[in-house]
Amino acid sequence: MHQPNLAGRMMRTFGSPLAEMGRSRLVGRLFAIEGADGSGRSTNIKALSEWLEASGYAVKHMGLRRSPLLAQDIEHAKQSRLLTRTTMSLLYATDFYDQLVHEIIPALRAGYIVLADRYIYTLMARDIVRGAEPEWTRNLYSSALVPDAVFYLQTDPGELVLRNFEKNATLDYWESGMDLGLSRDMFESFLIYQGLIQRTFGRMQKRYGFTIVDANRDFAKIQRELRSHLTASLATAAK
Amino acid sequence: MVSKRPKYPGKLIAVEGLDGSGKSTQIYLVKRWLELSGARVFFTEWNSSSLVKPSTSKGKMSRLLTPTTFSLIHATDFADRYERQIFPLLQAGYIVLADRYIFTAFARDVVRGVDFDWVERLYSFAVQPDVTLYFRAPLEVALGRILDGRPELKYHEAGMDLGLSPDPYESFRIFQGRILEQYEMLAPRYHFTTLDATRDIHEQQAEVRRILRQKFRLSDFKKTKGRRAAA
Repeated sequence: MHQPNLAGRMMRTFGSPLAEMGRSRLVGRLFAIEGADGSGRSTNIKALSEWLEASGYAVKHMGLRRSPLLAQDIEHAKQSRLLTRTTMSLLYATDFYDQLVHEIIPALRAGYIVLADRYIYTLMARDIVRGAEPEWTRNLYSSALVPDAVFYLQTDPGELVLRNFEKNATLDYWESGMDLGLSRDMFESFLIYQGLIQRTFGRMQKRYGFTIVDANRDFAKIQRELRSHLTASLATAAK
Repeated sequence: MVSKRPKYPGKLIAVEGLDGSGKSTQIYLVKRWLELSGARVFFTEWNSSSLVKPSTSKGKMSRLLTPTTFSLIHATDFADRYERQIFPLLQAGYIVLADRYIFTAFARDVVRGVDFDWVERLYSFAVQPDVTLYFRAPLEVALGRILDGRPELKYHEAGMDLGLSPDPYESFRIFQGRILEQYEMLAPRYHFTTLDATRDIHEQQAEVRRILRQKFRLSDFKKTKGRRAAA
């Protein structure tokens, strides 16, 4: 890639104004990579970061449960399982917006490429599968910045199970949707839950238009596809 | 708009007003009245969830909270109290007294620059109170009661994050003035019952009890009656 020189433009939100956005043009790019645990998100993001940095771009990461303000409290809440669903949704939303306002927007103003390891879509899907009103959830995240591109690494649930076991020899309680009582059997619960999440993503794809990437293929193919999308986006002239 | 309320046997009574309006004194007296009458009553106040409090305090101390996160962290606190306590107790037939309700969020968040429609929809999971008592006092009266003796004003309490003035007292003055404007807008929209908060405590309480007696029969909520079946 030649000398990076990103054209600045006004970034949009999903409908509601964000109090902290301000007027300055955001020069960087925001790319969101979505997918279940085991879909290869982290591996691909790491490789993309290295490739971008080698090409001369400054890269910043964003993810769920990472804000210094709330990360510990969310972890505690997850473990104690004391909080109701709306409260959990709002805790995650607070964490999300905290990162958005304090780290992402400043980074975008400074011209960074921001790679988001999951974005609002996972948060919304989790809420909706748990019975949240879709309209309420959409409103909650309507002040978020619209990413320049969203990639959904779609993986067969059967494949996800195997990859999760390879990593940890155990399935995560929340990623198996055990709080939903889908099955007493964790393995079965995981498959059902991931299926529900994928169907929700399918519906969101129609609304938000993200790029579905077949993540069942080998890593090199996936990475090539992601890089070609990113290259195209980075070459876009000022909007 | 806040959603239509489903039927439940309890009653939700909220009080709103500026700091220094005397609303907390009034709701406390209501609580005592109801308790001493043997009613099933529960009291909740703003920003009091024990599960969320550590984050709120941390954020406020380090001044990390900006309008949207400030709004959301208080919404989180409210959601916890609402879903674990307020709503289940209403379903069980309690009188729930709320010192400040969602309207406090609307007023404070909007003054901080948060979009009104967004925050209104954010709280749409919560029911409308059966009565919202708005203790209206002129700004100078409310300010006088708070600032008498020059107490220490905390950063966010004084609205210092808004950059209204380098002096906390001046900042507080302007901040409260803007909150008052919001309340005046919210009052008709949410059918507040407005009371003159400049009168003496006893007179106000008498009016409050008169209003409440019209809204429900105290005997319906007596503990000795045993559990009411869900409506």
